[in-house]
Amino acid sequence: MTKNILIAGFGGQGVLFTGKFLAYAALLENKQLSWLPSYGPEMRGGTCNCSVIISDDPIGSPIVTEPDILIAMNRPSLDKFEAAVVPGGEIYVDSSLVDRKVERTDIKVHYVPSTQLSTEKGFDGIANMILLGSVIAGSGVVEQKDIPAAMSKVVSAKHKDLYDFNIKAIELGYEYN
Amino acid sequence: MAQKVLMKGNEAIAEAAISCGCRHYFGYPITPQTEVAAYMAKRMPKIGGTFLQAESEIAAVNMVIGASAAGIRVMTSSSSPGISLKSEGISYMAGCDLPALIVNVQRGGPGLGGIQPSQSDYFQATRGGGHGDYHLIVLAPASVQEMAQLTVQGFDLADKYRMPVMLLADGTMGQMMEPVELAESTAEKVEKPWALTGTGMKRPHNIVNSLSLTPDELESWNGERYKRYAVIEKEETRYEEYLCDDADIIVVGFGIAARVAKNAVDAARAAGIKAGMFRPITLWPFPKEALHKRAATAKEFISVELSMGQMIEDVELAIRCERPVSLCSRVGGMIPSPAEVLASIKAAAARTGGNA
Amino acid sequence: MEKIIERPHALIDVPTHYCPGCGHGIIHRLVAEAIDSLGIEGKTVGVASVGCSVFAYNYFNVDMVQAAHGRAPAVATGVKRANPDNIVFTYQGDGDLAAIGTAETVHSAARGENITVIFVNNAIYGMTGGQMAPTSLPGQVTQTSPYGRDVNTVGYPVKVCEMLAQLDGPAYLERVAINNVKNINAAKRAIKKAFTYQTEKKGFSLIEVVSTCPTNWGMTPEKAMKWAEENMLPYYPLGVYKDKYAEEK
Repeated sequence: MTKNILIAGFGGQGVLFTGKFLAYAALLENKQLSWLPSYGPEMRGGTCNCSVIISDDPIGSPIVTEPDILIAMNRPSLDKFEAAVVPGGEIYVDSSLVDRKVERTDIKVHYVPSTQLSTEKGFDGIANMILLGSVIAGSGVVEQKDIPAAMSKVVSAKHKDLYDFNIKAIELGYEYN
Repeated sequence: MAQKVLMKGNEAIAEAAISCGCRHYFGYPITPQTEVAAYMAKRMPKIGGTFLQAESEIAAVNMVIGASAAGIRVMTSSSSPGISLKSEGISYMAGCDLPALIVNVQRGGPGLGGIQPSQSDYFQATRGGGHGDYHLIVLAPASVQEMAQLTVQGFDLADKYRMPVMLLADGTMGQMMEPVELAESTAEKVEKPWALTGTGMKRPHNIVNSLSLTPDELESWNGERYKRYAVIEKEETRYEEYLCDDADIIVVGFGIAARVAKNAVDAARAAGIKAGMFRPITLWPFPKEALHKRAATAKEFISVELSMGQMIEDVELAIRCERPVSLCSRVGGMIPSPAEVLASIKAAAARTGGNA
Repeated sequence: MEKIIERPHALIDVPTHYCPGCGHGIIHRLVAEAIDSLGIEGKTVGVASVGCSVFAYNYFNVDMVQAAHGRAPAVATGVKRANPDNIVFTYQGDGDLAAIGTAETVHSAARGENITVIFVNNAIYGMTGGQMAPTSLPGQVTQTSPYGRDVNTVGYPVKVCEMLAQLDGPAYLERVAINNVKNINAAKRAIKKAFTYQTEKKGFSLIEVVSTCPTNWGMTPEKAMKWAEENMLPYYPLGVYKDKYAEEK
């Protein structure tokens, strides 16, 4: 099985980190994986996207052009990539920032008000992790049981508070799928 | 077996270099390879090594020359415009028979070009790049694992043959993360009696030099170097083949282009076209004999490149123009998609009366 | 019979390619004498540059590398960083050091790189046959300034010691000359001091030696010495331009 995941949003929304976290979770599951950022000046406030491929087989091109899963953190990302999603694929939308519905009818859509939830529930700045929780629960692309171990790979043990903060945000996301 | 870690290609180069004894790095910042320098800047002071940010790429490559002449493992890294600046020094290194690893994480050109991936420095790398008769061993990684592996092998080959080796990557390879298992050097340590370490008043002085105003002497130096190149062509040519045995259409590509081509080959096979992929790992020496063998059975070749068509000339030379070769390429930082490569394969199959 | 003078051990007994009366012979000897007197021959590595002194690698009895035009200080940096216990010097002319290699000169000085630079200023490109150098004097006639150096179109000479003295990096900068015995003795002391500083890990030193080029100046060696004294020394005043450790003496 191969899952092509495209994560897109504004620079600063945690697009690359979200992808990195998924990559670490897949690494712990001994899956084949690749993580490829769009790089350059767009890191600083422009649109930003990141290709993650998780597979049981060796990975060919690391560039995701036809995602199985699109994580759209803002409106321009949905506008740009909606048409590219494979039929039968999934789109996860931060519905508090994207003010329109997905037009495609051949894909499964998950609307998660992650930015609004992050403000309301005290997870300022990590709406991406709430949205990611929804992706994990909804798609099963990585297993929930591997999440704590993956988190300890990306958040150093020194920052126990950050670790808990992120884990709780993901767990909140589990409820929205 | 070492545990797999997740690393960017650029970081894998740096860590692999350290793992095989490189303790000196000289460089100058340029996108998309700056992570190599950043990694070295962080690590080298902690392991007693030297990281030095030079005033220019020119200075950096000449620092590499000095350190290499002093007998140690040393490297520099840059991206396309920076490699042009280093080319003078690379020519001197070739002329002085100095080993070193030079990394080029290519970006679009010519001129300042762009910062997105490219393979348009193929001619520059495989033809030497600077002035004079010389070659570099050119290694083309197609995964983060190979970024690490070929870095180690690059140092080993440089020492073994006393010549500069280039790791020719691109922005994608540098920026992407994949699991990597860091390889150690298994090569025997090469003695360097020619190194400039001081005579210790015990031996005649060593000279590292590329100058001779005596034509027959300079000719003999060149001849000796080309004898070594002939050995390298025989012993060190590397490539990967994928589904080539029964292939009617063979797609040739290196680095990121090969990754894309592999997807296209799978898609072509699924559509009933006998396609295969041939991936040169050494771009110099180019695996011309292995590719030529395939011309006996394959009907057409496609060169997939992130350039306006550079490697295609080596493909044509390798198969001695016995079969048609077409080009599938994107440039300027664009990367051909598997669909584009598949379209090229289908077009070739149609021309050859294949079952597309 | 008592031997009162002999060839320094650090100088190899071979005929050089320098023209009769050329200043390089004297300066080579001064460098070799400094190496001998400090007993550092066995651990010294020299960097030859491009210009008349390109063949210096054949004359000094120490390990030598021949650098690309202007790049000697960068090459020396690499050698020194590889083996910091080696004593590393460059031997460069004015075109090499003050034109094509300006960046390498300035930045190795700014880094305070622990190397010794011997800078031979004879106000002309010698090896290529007498073209204008960055240090050619205003009005000086050369092959490429046949009507005399016109400062309005090609600008003014580069005063290397004065320029580098503005930097915090260098430890020791001195301009010396070889036009008479007194000055040769002063040059000898300066060169030895520069090498001594390196052995004491004091950092970057540069000794600018005002020299002559009888062939390309179109003069006898004797006249060339006089020309240097009358024309170059007023423009390039001798003296110590920087000595970070002067008060220690």
